[in-house]
Order: sequence, then C-alpha cells, then structure tokens
Amino acid sequence: MSVGALEAFALVVRRELCLSFRRPDQLLQPLVFFLIVTTLFPLGLSLQLSLLRDMAPGVLWVAALLSSLLSLDSLFKSDADDGTLEQLALCGQGLTVIVVAKTFAHWLVTGAALVLASPVVGTALGIPGSAFPTMMLSLGLGTLTLSWLGAIGAGLTVGLKRGNVLLSLIVLPLAMPLLIFGAGATDRAISGTPAAGALYFLAALCVFTCTLAPFAATVALRITLE
Amino acid sequence: MNMAVDGLGVEKVHVWRGDRHVLQGVSLTLRPRELLHVSGPNGSGKTTLLRVVCGLLRPEQGRVSWLGQSISSVRAEYQAALAYASHEPALKGDLTALENLRFAVGLKRRVSAGELRASLERTGVAACADLPARVLSAGQRRRVAMARVLAMSASLWLLDEPFTNLDAAGTNLVSGLLQSHVEQGGAALVVAHHDLKIAVAMRRLELGP
Amino acid sequence: MWTWFYKLASPPYVYGVAAALIPWLLGGAALAMVYGLIAGLAIAPPDYQQGEAYRMIYVHVPSAVLSLTIYTVMAAASAVALIWRIKVGHAVSAAAAPIGASFTLLALVTGSLWGRPMWGTYWAWDPRLTSELILLFLYVGVMSLRSAFEDPSRGDRAAALLATVGVVNVPIVHFSVVWWNSLHQGATIVRLGAPKMPGSMLWPLLSMWLGFMLFFAAVLCIRLQGEVLNRERQSTWVREAVKS
Repeated sequence: MSVGALEAFALVVRRELCLSFRRPDQLLQPLVFFLIVTTLFPLGLSLQLSLLRDMAPGVLWVAALLSSLLSLDSLFKSDADDGTLEQLALCGQGLTVIVVAKTFAHWLVTGAALVLASPVVGTALGIPGSAFPTMMLSLGLGTLTLSWLGAIGAGLTVGLKRGNVLLSLIVLPLAMPLLIFGAGATDRAISGTPAAGALYFLAALCVFTCTLAPFAATVALRITLE
Repeated sequence: MNMAVDGLGVEKVHVWRGDRHVLQGVSLTLRPRELLHVSGPNGSGKTTLLRVVCGLLRPEQGRVSWLGQSISSVRAEYQAALAYASHEPALKGDLTALENLRFAVGLKRRVSAGELRASLERTGVAACADLPARVLSAGQRRRVAMARVLAMSASLWLLDEPFTNLDAAGTNLVSGLLQSHVEQGGAALVVAHHDLKIAVAMRRLELGP
Repeated sequence: MWTWFYKLASPPYVYGVAAALIPWLLGGAALAMVYGLIAGLAIAPPDYQQGEAYRMIYVHVPSAVLSLTIYTVMAAASAVALIWRIKVGHAVSAAAAPIGASFTLLALVTGSLWGRPMWGTYWAWDPRLTSELILLFLYVGVMSLRSAFEDPSRGDRAAALLATVGVVNVPIVHFSVVWWNSLHQGATIVRLGAPKMPGSMLWPLLSMWLGFMLFFAAVLCIRLQGEVLNRERQSTWVREAVKS
C-alpha cells in the first residue's frame, strides 16, 4: 500500500523534529547566537534605551538573519554526509516533498523559535510592547522566506569545503529586500504609523519564495547528488 | 536493441567525471530471477554505474529503462520497485535501528513496527532494534541496512558492496537473503570486488579501465 | 528542426562563429565609442541644471544598462543549459560573468563620482543604488560558486541555478526608481512617449550604449573561445585546432 504525499511530508517532518530534539545543544545554538548578537549592539553603540529604540528594528533583523544563516548550513549536510539523503531521494515520493518537509521542519525549529524569543530581545532593545505583534509577524514571514532562500543555497553548497561561508555569500544578497521591508515594518510599528504596506510586501515576497523556491532547491539538490 | 521489457535495461551509458571517461558505453540487462554481479578494479566505475541505474546520476549518453520505459518517465514507480544500499550503511546515528527503518521504509509503503522488527530479526540484529545506530558496530550497521532492504519489499535490489564489514556468518546470511530473493522472483544487481558464492544463476559484468 | 538548433549549439561551431565575429565587433565598438566620446565630451552643450558634470552620463548609463543586460544574458544562457542540457550555455554564462561584474562595478564607481557633485555624497542607500550593489554581490556569488566545485560540470550547473534564481533582481533594479521614492533619476529614454533628452545629448549616449554592447559582445566572444577550448579540451577537434 503506497504512501501519499501528505503522509510522507508528515513523516519527514517528524523525522527532522525527532533528530533535532535529540541534540538539544545544537537546537539552542541559533537562539543563543540571536541573543548574543543583539547584546553586542547596545554594548558597542549605546546603552540608552531611547537611542537604541531607533536602531532596534535593524539590529533585531540583522541578528535574526545571521542566526538563521548559521543553522541553514546543517539543513542537508548531515543527511548528505551519512548517505541518508540518497535514501530519501530514492523513496519514490519525489525530492520536492522531502525538501518542503525538511525546510518546514527547519523553520519550526529555528525561525519560529526566533519569533517567540523576539519579545524578550525587543524589550532589551527598547521596542514598545505595542509594536510586538507587527514585529513578530514580520519576523515570522521573514524567517520563513529566509529558510526557503537558505534551502536553495544549502542545496547548492552541501558537500563543499567552507560551504557555510559561500552559503552566506549566496543567500544574503537575495535576502536584502527582506531586511528592508521587515525592518521597515517594525520601524513603522514603533513610530505608530501603519505598517500594513510593508507587511503586505513582505507577505508577497514570502508567497513568491515559498512557491518557487521548492523547485529551485530540488534542482540544487539533484545537482549535488550527482 | 537492449530493452528488457520485463526488467532493467541499460544501454550504452557514458559518464565523465571531470576529464575521466568513467563509464564507456556500458550496457546490461537484468530480468526477474537473475543476479548480476558487477566487479572490477578500484576506480572502474562500479559505484558510478549503480548510481546511474538508481537514477541519481544522469548519464551524458545512453539510457536506463525499467519495464521498457525510460526511468525518468516512470520515476515514482521505478523507485517504488527498487531498494538501494550504498557503500555506507546510511543510518542516522541519533535514531534507533527501528526508527531508521521506519523513517526510510515508511516513505515507500505503510509498514508496522512488527514487520520492521521481523526484518531486523531476519538479519540477526533484533537485539539492536531500540539502540541508537551510533553505538552499533560496523557489522551490525551493515545488517540493519540489509534489514532496510528487506523491509522495502522491492523487486529490484541494487546493492553496493553489501558484504563489507561482515563476518563469515554475516556473509552467509546476506548470500542466503540474495538467494531467496532471486528464487522468489526478484532481481538483484550486486557490486562486489570479490567472488560471490550464491547458488543461483549468476551473470558477471566486469568493468575495466 | 531541433537538429539544426543543436548544431547551432555545438562547441566547434560556436568557436568558429566567435572567432569570425571578433574583429567586426571590436571595430564597430571602437567606432561607436570614438564618436560617442567625442560628441558627448566635446561637442554636446553643457546641461542647464548640472553643467559639465552631467557628462558622466556617457559612461555611467551605458555601463549600468549593460550590467543588467549581461546578467540577463547570463541567466538566459544558464537556464538553457540547465533545462535542455546544452553545454555551450554554461560556457557563455562563465564567459559573461566577470564582464558583467566589471560593468556593475564601473556603474557603481561612475555613479558614485557623479553623485558627489549632484547629491553632495559619494553614496546613498537608495533603492536603485542598493539593488545595483546587490547585483554585484550576485555576480560575485555566481563566480565564487562556480569555482568552489572540484568537478567543473557540477560547478557549472550550480552556478547556473544561482544565476537563474538571481534574475529576479534585474527587474527590481530597473523598476526601483518607479516603485520607490528614489534620489536617482527616473527613466529618461526607455519610456512611453518621446525621450526627454535633446538630440545633441541623446545621440552620443546611444552611440556609447551601442559601443559598450559591441564591446561586451567582442569580449564575450574572446572569453567564450577560451571557455569552449577549456571545456572541450579532451575532444579531437580541439586537439586539431590547437595543433594548427
């Protein structure tokens, strides 16, 4: 009796979550990195919350971007190293389902975690509570888009020596529009002006990427597997 | 014409790796109840050939067909009918043997934990079912990988050096499994650099530089 | 019919065509650029608002347009190579990338030098400048990715995918002045209705644009010859061509 695509998706997500939670130290690393990087900015720039508030959206977003990138390298690397990626590629479900499941699970464990941690960081940077919903929504959309861009980059660089540096080099230019709109939305929320325009644009970017990136990431992995 | 309408056909496949012409017009057929032993010295392209047959590697020239059709056009059906074991056992160290099987086989067909334990039993590693793969020895991991092949209930077995790290008992076990698989109507392509002692009609393909 | 197309894309044919075109392209480029520079720098009158400083336009605009055109060419060649497995596409993409990166850098530098007298600053984080900078990073990323692989054919295909994915940035650069409030000037030539520029300024600009295009085509052919020879070095036609 064959297995449907949705069932396969759920199974792969369970596999990824199972693997992630068995290594809790690796699970927490991006989150800790996020907290550390956001701490660097006040220490380096200014200790006053009122001044930090102006820079807070940008600081938050750059920190979120860098933390996500740190963990993206491992999206396919472990499976490629021990040979299980080939087994997944030959399971009969098509590589796209596998890629979507792995990327989604990865986002749950990194991006979603960052979104949940953002109020803590936001408070430390002087962002008012009224801006939190917009901030979290923009971070949620942004990290999801970034996971997808990262999946393409990770698919291309898996198995390369110093692939993580190249991964950043590839993904960051593509992620710059995200940064502009995400930080822009949070900035507007802080100053009280409507952030809907920036959020819509961010959502559009997210939908665009989530629709096309799976196919690009699948092609990238096929190139790597050869 | 080299088209095996009831099995696997490989026609004049050429593969280059950089400047090396690794596979130079290799052809083969494999029908049910047949075992093909692919041998050759190091670097002769045995693993490359196996990966081309799996569909992981697209050849520059030539084609691979399953049941008369090109494997790229019947990808899902072909993958459902095959079980591939690579040179490494391909197990996740953090998952138990049983979980490794479940996440691999469960993508191909619905399978119960009982069936998976039975497969592990047949390869002699039932005791390892709930141990994480990283604590298993190399021989035990090879047996778990073989159990995965068994559990997939595939008609075509594509095995790359399945006897690596196995002791005499393990070698006999795998030979026995291959024999019963072929006798029950399956086909197997085995890459091995040494001689095989299996009591079925065996053909040999020797790859050379 | 498709055999005709594949013949067109065969490496020895492309090599031969490139070799034949180079002198014509270089000659045409030289003529167009000489006319453009003389007419633009010496003959065209100074601008009402910007004075003599506007003359940077004769280098800045063609190089910016070319940076986008070359990326599109590179992405198209990459897509063709990926989808239809036509290997010459990879050679074209590899040949075009450094040329495109150079034009992007030239556009950014000339734009920066022009910005100083115009806007009072060498740089501004405005949408067009930022997206052009992103374009430079994309070029560098494509070139780095290609060279990071030990197996050149894998490197080609990986770089091809990245080039194709990055092409979304090209319309962003072009339309950035329309979609957002930008310091940068809007479209002057490629727009509905007549161009906003007088003929004495427009013709030298178009001539420089043509000259840069022909120059790009010439350099592409030269580099393409090298790329094709390198990729096909094992085949007999290359050995014979090298011997003769």
